[in-house]
Amino acid sequence: MDKILVGLKRAVDYNVRVRVKSDGSGVETDGVKMSINPFDEIALEEALRIKERGEAGEVIVMSIGPSEAQQQLRTGLAMGADRAILVQTDETIDPLSRARVFNEVVNRESPAIVLLGKQAIDDDNSQTGQMLAAIWGRPQATFASKIELNGNVALVTREVDAGLETIEVDLPAVITTDLRLNEPRYVKLPDIMKAKKKPLDEMALADLGIDACPTITETRFEPPEARQKGVMVDDVPGLIAVLKDKGLV
Amino acid sequence: MTRILIIAEHDGATLNPSTAKCVSCASAISDTEIDVAVLASSAAAVAAQASELEGVAKVLAVESDSNDHALAAVLAPQIAALADGYGYVFGPSTTFGKDLVPRVAALLGVNQISDVMSVEGPHTFKRPVYAGNAIVTVEAPADHPVVATVRIASYQAAGGGNSAAIENTTVVADIPTHTRFVELQSGASDRPDLQTAAKVISGGRALASSDNFELIYALADKLGAGVGASRAAVDAGYVPNEMQVGQTGKIIAPDLYIAIGISGAIQHLTGIKDAGTIVAINKDAEAPIFEVADIGLVADLFTAIPELTDTL
Repeated sequence: MDKILVGLKRAVDYNVRVRVKSDGSGVETDGVKMSINPFDEIALEEALRIKERGEAGEVIVMSIGPSEAQQQLRTGLAMGADRAILVQTDETIDPLSRARVFNEVVNRESPAIVLLGKQAIDDDNSQTGQMLAAIWGRPQATFASKIELNGNVALVTREVDAGLETIEVDLPAVITTDLRLNEPRYVKLPDIMKAKKKPLDEMALADLGIDACPTITETRFEPPEARQKGVMVDDVPGLIAVLKDKGLV
Repeated sequence: MTRILIIAEHDGATLNPSTAKCVSCASAISDTEIDVAVLASSAAAVAAQASELEGVAKVLAVESDSNDHALAAVLAPQIAALADGYGYVFGPSTTFGKDLVPRVAALLGVNQISDVMSVEGPHTFKRPVYAGNAIVTVEAPADHPVVATVRIASYQAAGGGNSAAIENTTVVADIPTHTRFVELQSGASDRPDLQTAAKVISGGRALASSDNFELIYALADKLGAGVGASRAAVDAGYVPNEMQVGQTGKIIAPDLYIAIGISGAIQHLTGIKDAGTIVAINKDAEAPIFEVADIGLVADLFTAIPELTDTL
């Protein structure tokens, strides 16, 4: 039966209010809660549902990052993934390199679908899935809000600016997930215990022989410009008066 | 002279205003020549609109039946071929550009700069990360083409009045058949487009139903405004997805933004931080939306909105 490969990125939890370090070298991550990137969690949930419908045989979760990303992979295994792969690196890794790493794992595992989040909520890049599809020479269906499989074809509804677009892609393909695709399940305690026994393969990024690519250097971080404190009005006439005063209505 | 290629966004008949905003961003890079590529099944109308944009040197029209719909897998190899000789390839950071441009970047063997909000130098740009909680200055390698998406809320549209040359051209590229368009469901509306409207009214979860959104529509129509929504309102099914404003929805910069019954999660605020004036109407005086609002009104929307609509 077909495999589904799911990417799980270890990212700052979405509830954390991120602060820029005072020296501008990055954002504060010490002691900050880390989680699975929410879009990736949706990708995993979808993969599990596809498997539970009998349309896939195995769900593999994969992460590229530090050893601590094992935590996110274990969470993925507890949700129901069958096994995990950690491509270990302590370096910051750019989207094109990530895509090349995924492509290398794709070559080894030959999945029918690679399911990724549409973007990571840390760098907000939204690149890896599209880049993997390009390198792999396969279809991409980004921002998916509905996925139907029919043999070797996937019918994917995408959230686009104009509304909902449906496209048909031949498998294998890369699909990236949007928010409304599903609501991920909660992990139950017995599943956490079971997940400890599931296989988690760790390999060093350096051992994969991925070509280095031209990287974009992040030179300085700064907080966004704060908006000036506004005024409170007491009632609707007060609001209209201020809006008229500003020439907005 | 470095050449910049901008990928036009369009629906087959009309050029999307996002393209004019990309032209503005490109114009901020000195000593460059800006070309716009229009890939379509029938390109003449869109190419003519692109040729009017101030700052454009040339419009490249690439006509092919396979370009009838904007499928990234189909367009990317053509753009990668067109990009030969260009120092920059830009597209808008709309769902069109976000889908397509990274695929082009990968074919060109480079990383992409997502959501350029300002040009600091020929290879230096600023972009938001962490839902806009941090702004990072990035430097692209000088010896490779710069491939970027432009955060359209950060730019005014380039003006008109130009008459750039239109060149019909063909490209040699492998066009895949593995990706096929099926349909587009669009909640067609006569209201101004959310991403270009000067005024936008958004409703949140507090509206409590699809029917109650009529209050928002009535006010919007009175003001000639576009209508948006918070993620919560979209998730609850009150309005369709294309109305979502925020980190993962639309990033907008209207002159006037009125948030009604929206608490103001950081993911929503990142979508409106460039608005000229933000008005918040919410029952909860502690709602975070009031921290960014220029004008705040603590009130029950079900009485305040009809009063506002009737009085204006």
